[in-house]
Amino acid sequence: MTSTATRRRGRMARNWLMFAALAGPNILLLIAFTYKPLLQSFYYSTLQWNIGSSRAISVGLRNYTDWLTDSQTPHVVGVTVVFTLATVGGGMVLGLSLAVLLNRRLKLIGPARTIVVAPYVLSGVAVGLLWLFVFDPNFGIVAAVLGFVGLPSPAWYNDPQWALVMVIIVQLWKNVGYIALIYLAGLQAIPKDLLEAASLDGAGPVRTFRRVILPLLGPTTFFLSVTTLLSSLQSFDIIQAMTKGGPLEGTTTMMYEIYREGFVAGRAGYSSAVATILFVVLLIVTLVQMRFVERKVHYA
Amino acid sequence: MTRFRLPIGGYIALAIAVAVMVLPLLWMLLASFKGQDEIYSLPIQWLPSSFGGANYQAAADAVPFGSFFLNSLITTVFGAGIKIVLGLMTAYALVFVEVPFRKFFFGLVIFALLVPQQIVIIPNYTLVASLGWLNTYQGIIVPGLASAFGTFLFRQHFLSLPISVLEAAALDGAGHWRRLWAFVVPMSTPTIAAVALVSVVTEWNEYLWPLLVIDRPNMMTLPIGLTLLQNTDGVTNWGVLMAGTVLVTLPILIVFFVMQKKIVAGLTAGAVTG
Repeated sequence: MTSTATRRRGRMARNWLMFAALAGPNILLLIAFTYKPLLQSFYYSTLQWNIGSSRAISVGLRNYTDWLTDSQTPHVVGVTVVFTLATVGGGMVLGLSLAVLLNRRLKLIGPARTIVVAPYVLSGVAVGLLWLFVFDPNFGIVAAVLGFVGLPSPAWYNDPQWALVMVIIVQLWKNVGYIALIYLAGLQAIPKDLLEAASLDGAGPVRTFRRVILPLLGPTTFFLSVTTLLSSLQSFDIIQAMTKGGPLEGTTTMMYEIYREGFVAGRAGYSSAVATILFVVLLIVTLVQMRFVERKVHYA
Repeated sequence: MTRFRLPIGGYIALAIAVAVMVLPLLWMLLASFKGQDEIYSLPIQWLPSSFGGANYQAAADAVPFGSFFLNSLITTVFGAGIKIVLGLMTAYALVFVEVPFRKFFFGLVIFALLVPQQIVIIPNYTLVASLGWLNTYQGIIVPGLASAFGTFLFRQHFLSLPISVLEAAALDGAGHWRRLWAFVVPMSTPTIAAVALVSVVTEWNEYLWPLLVIDRPNMMTLPIGLTLLQNTDGVTNWGVLMAGTVLVTLPILIVFFVMQKKIVAGLTAGAVTG
């Protein structure tokens, strides 16, 4: 009896050792570079502190009240909301349309599927820079196409609103292929006999799409809306390469504000407060998704 | 649904979609061979007068592209490689090593997915700076090394593996370490390849973090170094900049087109399981 208990305890100790050796490094890295800095970030947000400086003054919640009352904040929030809604909403609609197209039995559809996803794997900086040239108001493709139909090119570089439209278009171009790819997988998972049954019942293509296909794509739509929402809220590379948040802060999103305040202006405390606010927003979005997924599982 | 008429509309739509994706890339490639006079000409001309490498030479003269390439290669190979190994080890421990509180440790890994690296840049920058890791490879690689999403996907896959094989291996005296590398890993190569390729793409394109920790040109990775070619004096030399952009995008495009099946599998894996 005692010997089996000892043996069991010995095996347990060996298992713990094994577990620590295998999972330990990864878990320690997560603690060191994800969890600890997250808590530190909360703490930094209560400091008036310049990055690299050894002097920090505790200011309580003043960074938060400063942000909330800053005259620029409604503008930055507005830019963030417009950028996010346009890239998520536009991306979903374009991505689904593209997926429906790529799901058709056409010649060369295989290579077309590959080409459409290609921009997604490219560096955001490189994509931003090459599109900056595409948008050149005098010597770019967009200006040439607009000139062809007799329209002048908008001042993409100098007008805050057009600059925002420009970075939205580029973000869409880079990500729409990924959205289409996921939707395509969803479309191909729909059983063929379901579509045949709908067509036998006399449902036209539009009705079949709205009443059969779209509801069946519900989980895919939900997954995509959350992942694209999260990546849009964190988008940085394209904005940095194309506009650096300008002109006149026209493309300064909250993510860009975190970077600029922390590393250009050096106000680490204030930047941490904005980061904390953005983190709470991201957390709420993700938790809402988890609830929905749970509900889906319950009713399935 | 209506398969009687010829799908001309479908082909037109397909052609437009492909053109929208390809033309900007083609425009970049062609511009990289153009001289200033060809770039600043109206109406715009698509084809360069010759396919000389003058812009590439100019880009390589202006900034150390060889170093950028090497730095990108090193950070990508080590960053993605170690991340995959850590993910495999963690997933194996979570599935096959019986200890209490495994659920808790799994939760610890999964909840890290809720904390984007973008949110914790300031504390991580402070830590890396205090370690003296600014302008070093470990400064670029280590903070992003932990595997959360990969661990999740590997665990998912390991749970589907036939237990009998592993039990037989255990009876033959194979310990956990051997069971992981000699049995579990070979039975999981498609999943590992898919996750690894997506990691490679992500590491290669990584921008914000290396931008923060590197300011010495000879330590820069390609995406950071590329921006050195951007207008420093207000006038952008598009031909040279586009040559640099080609050098950054071409390697990943080649990898993508050669391995597209695996990369696509890796990209969809998250959606299907998630």
